[in-house]
Amino acid sequence: MSGVEGYMYPNEITLYWSVLIVLYPYITGLVAGAFILASLERIFNVEAVKPTYRLALLTALSFLIVAPLPLQLHLGHPERSPEMYFTPHATSAMAMFGFVYLWYLMAVLVFEIWLDYRKDIVLLSQSTTGLKRILYRIMTLGSSNISPRSLAIDRKVGWIVTLVGIPSAFILHGYVGFIFGSLKSNPWWDSPLMPVVFIFSAMVSGIAAVLLLYMLTAKLRNQPIDMPCVDTVAMYLFYIFILDFSLEMLDLIHRIYEADESFRSLNFMVHTKLYFSQIVLQLCIGTLVPILLLAIVQVTHLSATIRKRIYVLSGCLVQVGVFAMRWNVVIGGQLFSKSFLGYTTYKVGLVTREGLLVAIFLSILPLAILSGLLKLLPPWPKDEQNLVEAAATHTP
Amino acid sequence: MSRFKDAGHLFRFAFLFVVAFAVFLVVRHFVVPRSFGEYGHYRGAAIGEIAAHPIHFAGHQACEACHADIADTKKAGKHATVNCEACHGPLANHAADPSIQPAKLDTAVLCIRCHAASAAKPKDFPQVDAEQHSSGVACETCHQPHSPAIQAGGAK
Repeated sequence: MSGVEGYMYPNEITLYWSVLIVLYPYITGLVAGAFILASLERIFNVEAVKPTYRLALLTALSFLIVAPLPLQLHLGHPERSPEMYFTPHATSAMAMFGFVYLWYLMAVLVFEIWLDYRKDIVLLSQSTTGLKRILYRIMTLGSSNISPRSLAIDRKVGWIVTLVGIPSAFILHGYVGFIFGSLKSNPWWDSPLMPVVFIFSAMVSGIAAVLLLYMLTAKLRNQPIDMPCVDTVAMYLFYIFILDFSLEMLDLIHRIYEADESFRSLNFMVHTKLYFSQIVLQLCIGTLVPILLLAIVQVTHLSATIRKRIYVLSGCLVQVGVFAMRWNVVIGGQLFSKSFLGYTTYKVGLVTREGLLVAIFLSILPLAILSGLLKLLPPWPKDEQNLVEAAATHTP
Repeated sequence: MSRFKDAGHLFRFAFLFVVAFAVFLVVRHFVVPRSFGEYGHYRGAAIGEIAAHPIHFAGHQACEACHADIADTKKAGKHATVNCEACHGPLANHAADPSIQPAKLDTAVLCIRCHAASAAKPKDFPQVDAEQHSSGVACETCHQPHSPAIQAGGAK
């Protein structure tokens, strides 16, 4: 049979979880990671990363809006998906996750962004005209109270929301790892470390994504890059990356030492079908090289230009590595037979409902949403002063 | 009082949540079927609806009532435990009205549904690579489907 080596059970020959299911944990990971970066400033008072705070929140929101789309496109009957909310089954992790998603989207992200931007929204509702003015008016929810006392309340409530948001972000992405880690029938996935590894790799990818987006937006706006800010973000990225790498290695060593009945089959798969995506992309190019590059910055005194280049390169490699990790988990877990006697092949379709073009579109869509959000709710500190002046001139 | 005044916008946001939740409950009231949860985590009325479906299978007793000779042949052979309609398909219509003739079966296609060689099957289960075994010749040329072992010293 084409694409099959050895013996596969009939229901293992075709992969049911496609590239879109690879994309889904990658996107939710970016959300969780971006939010954790935002919480650094809010909860842990890391002042240096402040320029990325709002950008991180908007990035998290853009990606979270797109997160369910790969799942919807994967479903045979997407129109039935709301039933998960209407008649949830308490023993279904997927059903419960629907509520975690809604909680995180509305009670954490949207609420926190609204609180943080409320002053800007009120000022924009006074300084803009036409449709924009109506839009901002709606977003104020009819309250234009931006007295120092009300803003102080916003800050306090925002702090609590962020505090609640950190475990929420962990649950959001930990769930994705949990879904894989709890499948005892699949030795490639079955590991209690899976949710933890997913959370840490999420932080790595999310922080790297915000770092890249911050540098890109600064470049596009012809603004100087705040070097203490990117240096601090890169430092946190490096430390969390070390933790992530250690956890992944712990998982690997545990599997090698345990060497259960699946080990020979999985080991063969890693050395053949997954060699490029696992060893070359995930481990070497996507993990060791960026860790090495970030370590060099930590222990040497390089010029700002070189540091920026290293951050861009590391950030891009991190994205490749984390996407490869998701690929190896999702696709790798379906390539081998549970009889441990054979392997199948995954060929990505191009113009199919779950094909490459759709995956590319869904990867670009959050960036398009983000660019819209950046126009609607500019996160740049400098704009705030302009806003106050503009509102003052428009207010009768 | 002024504290509440300065926190008024938070109540507005909370009110949005309450409205959204109320809308959710209203929609839920209309979209969840009445009988959902009657017996378990499914639509209770589904049982009655499924039970009301027309019956397609007649059952082997109905077949044996008319085809006693074939039933005797089958009982003596390896296919004794295979139900008639497992190969012939659902024939409730034929049992109710014998003038409705069942479709003629093509044994070249039918038999390998069960007997195609596969490593997943028990070793003592008769299985063949159809191409090598008969080169497309219909199985009934050599085997009698109701008692498939070849009697005259051939392979069993």
